[in-house]
Amino acid sequence: MTNQTRSYFTEEHEIFRKSVRSFVEKELYPHQQEWEKSRSVPKEIFKKLGEQGFLGITLPEKYGGSGCDYWYKVAFAEEMTHCRMNGFTMDVMVHTDMTTPVINRLGTEAQKEEVLIPAIKGEKICALGITEPGGGSDVAHLRTTARKDGDDYIINGAKTFITNGSRADYILLAVRTGPPVTAETFQSAHTGVSFIIFPTHNEKGEKTPGFSVGRKLEKMGNHSSDTAELSFQDCRIPTKYLLGEENKGFYYVMNNFQGERLIASIMACAGMKLMLEDSIKYGRERQAFGKPIITFQVWRHRLAQLFTELEAAQELTYRACDLFNRDIPCVKEISMAKLLTSELVNKVAAECVQLHGGYGYIEEYDICRVYRDVRLLTIGAGTSEIMREIIAKETGL
Amino acid sequence: MKIACLIKQVPDTETRIRIKPDRSGIEESDIKYIVSPYCEFAVEEALRVKEKAGGGEATVISLGPDRVVEAIRTALAMGIDKGIHIDSEGKSFDSYATAVVLANVLRDRGFDMILCGKQAIDGDNGQVGPMIAELLDIPQVMIIERLELTADKKGVTATRRVAGGGKEVYEISFPALFGCEKGLNVPRYASLPGIMKAKTKPIEKLKSSDLLNGALPLVQWANYQLPPERMAGKKIEGDLAYQAHELVRLLREEAKVI
Ligand SMILES: Cc1cc2nc3c(=O)[nH]c(=O)nc-3n(C[C@H](O)[C@H](O)[C@H](O)COP(=O)(O)OP(=O)(O)OC[C@H]3O[C@@H](n4cnc5c(N)ncnc54)[C@H](O)[C@@H]3O)c2cc1C
Repeated sequence: MTNQTRSYFTEEHEIFRKSVRSFVEKELYPHQQEWEKSRSVPKEIFKKLGEQGFLGITLPEKYGGSGCDYWYKVAFAEEMTHCRMNGFTMDVMVHTDMTTPVINRLGTEAQKEEVLIPAIKGEKICALGITEPGGGSDVAHLRTTARKDGDDYIINGAKTFITNGSRADYILLAVRTGPPVTAETFQSAHTGVSFIIFPTHNEKGEKTPGFSVGRKLEKMGNHSSDTAELSFQDCRIPTKYLLGEENKGFYYVMNNFQGERLIASIMACAGMKLMLEDSIKYGRERQAFGKPIITFQVWRHRLAQLFTELEAAQELTYRACDLFNRDIPCVKEISMAKLLTSELVNKVAAECVQLHGGYGYIEEYDICRVYRDVRLLTIGAGTSEIMREIIAKETGL
Repeated sequence: MKIACLIKQVPDTETRIRIKPDRSGIEESDIKYIVSPYCEFAVEEALRVKEKAGGGEATVISLGPDRVVEAIRTALAMGIDKGIHIDSEGKSFDSYATAVVLANVLRDRGFDMILCGKQAIDGDNGQVGPMIAELLDIPQVMIIERLELTADKKGVTATRRVAGGGKEVYEISFPALFGCEKGLNVPRYASLPGIMKAKTKPIEKLKSSDLLNGALPLVQWANYQLPPERMAGKKIEGDLAYQAHELVRLLREEAKVI
């Protein structure tokens, strides 16, 4: 199942793919153990990624991007899985796929100048602040408020599970600018949400007063990722940081989820491919009852089944990529890809642990980490239940 | 300054190699190809020399089927100025025929410096570089791990690694050919803007049949075989005297090496 045989990728995509792979193998993977253990990746790595043009693949050249088609992004995401740090990879994707594209789409020239240009260079890091302690799936009823006061917004509330949260320079913050959620406004609550590009530091480099990063969250997996709880107490932010129009935030958030879910699907497929390859390698070497375990028909059939399901999930994902790349509405396809790949990756990881036997339960084997890390995928970027809701709606049920 | 770097595309070391049914070579479909790592050092060194010389032109040259254009484009994406692709037209080339073709391309183009890998990691012959130098009647130094441009930029000081950690230092004036060794430099990655820029850089197309001048390969491949699969190790247990005795017996009777 090589990518050369898929018509989506041209020679240039393949050159780029190899370049990313070699960067990943030399600059990231050698530090994997250390960064997983220390539970963070140095901020400077973003600059290195920026120097290679990895942080502005599809963004306009005017702001330092490369203006490439989406398939370059696909190649990048697929090769990034080879750093074997789902956590750090997620940090990067939050920056490249969940924040900067929407700033590019909706931002003013001044906002792009301030945020996008240094973000593409990797000098500034972006985070996405939607989920709150009170709820993540239910975006329409979020409670963090932004009250207008002259030329400022005054922001109060809390966000949690925020990737890149403790080191972000800008947080794309979903806030309530409309009336508070009450029994009367409950139905129309989604019309009171806005997106604000929240600077964590002011122009003088001082921490924005009232903003604080809470305790470090101890996670099941994705250890190399920075996940934080954030609190906002009377934070005064100039209105120039409003992204797009006031009270249109809910639509922006929903729209922004598309890129996030698609990239998650792409990475899930690439992750499955990698873990299956690892498992086959292991199964060829590991002997039981006098022969390599890979030669037992039970395992040959199980792997054949998984490869088949992966192939189907991969093509659905590529179909969604193709539509997304051509700017054709594809909420249904993306939601389907996200649902299918995130469920499948958990099944594949479980089977691969099983094939590894006891070693699959031991940290020295990568599959042990992967099994924990992929658990996030049916939860983050919209849960499987929410995906089914969307698909039901899109299908006209 | 005009620099040429010669690169070869080789199977990735991770690729599973299969032999053609007629045993004349390896099955080429479904193989992942990379630029031979020593050739990458040559590309990087060409870029560094150009940067240090404050100008010049670097050309990357590769002989092979259409797929090698990707390798040429990669070098262009790293910063090389132009490429030459010599189509192998479905034929197999040994070191000699390769050297003849490349020498005929290099001749009369006025290159000051020709860089190549000390060997390609597929055949590991290490013959092409020295043969080209011989055919062009220019000096060559292989296995170089350091290259310093002289002050007048008309030559270099090249350090060659020799066995046992020794070094030979050559002072050599252009034109000359150098075979690059690991440690010479760390090749840069092709950046995405570099890849975009490479799209518009020129690649000259030549045919190997026009460049052989009647030369024929000196080597023919009659019977390719995979090395035997490594067998599971054997552990000898028991007291030391028994272990020694058993080891000698196995070396003699099973491995038949003593
Ligand atoms: C490691 C990590 C990183 C994250 N990074 C970010 C980030 O960078 N930015 C950010 O904003 N968020 C982030 N999140 C949050 C993530 O997006 C949310 O956890 C997710 O959206 C689910 O929200 P919740 O946790 O509040 O669960 P809830 O919304 O409370 O859901 C709990 C359960 O109820 C189900 N449920 C909810 N609504 C329905 C319904 N209508 N029908 C059926 N079932 C339903 C859900 O599917 C789920 O099973 C991250 C989370 C984690 C764990």
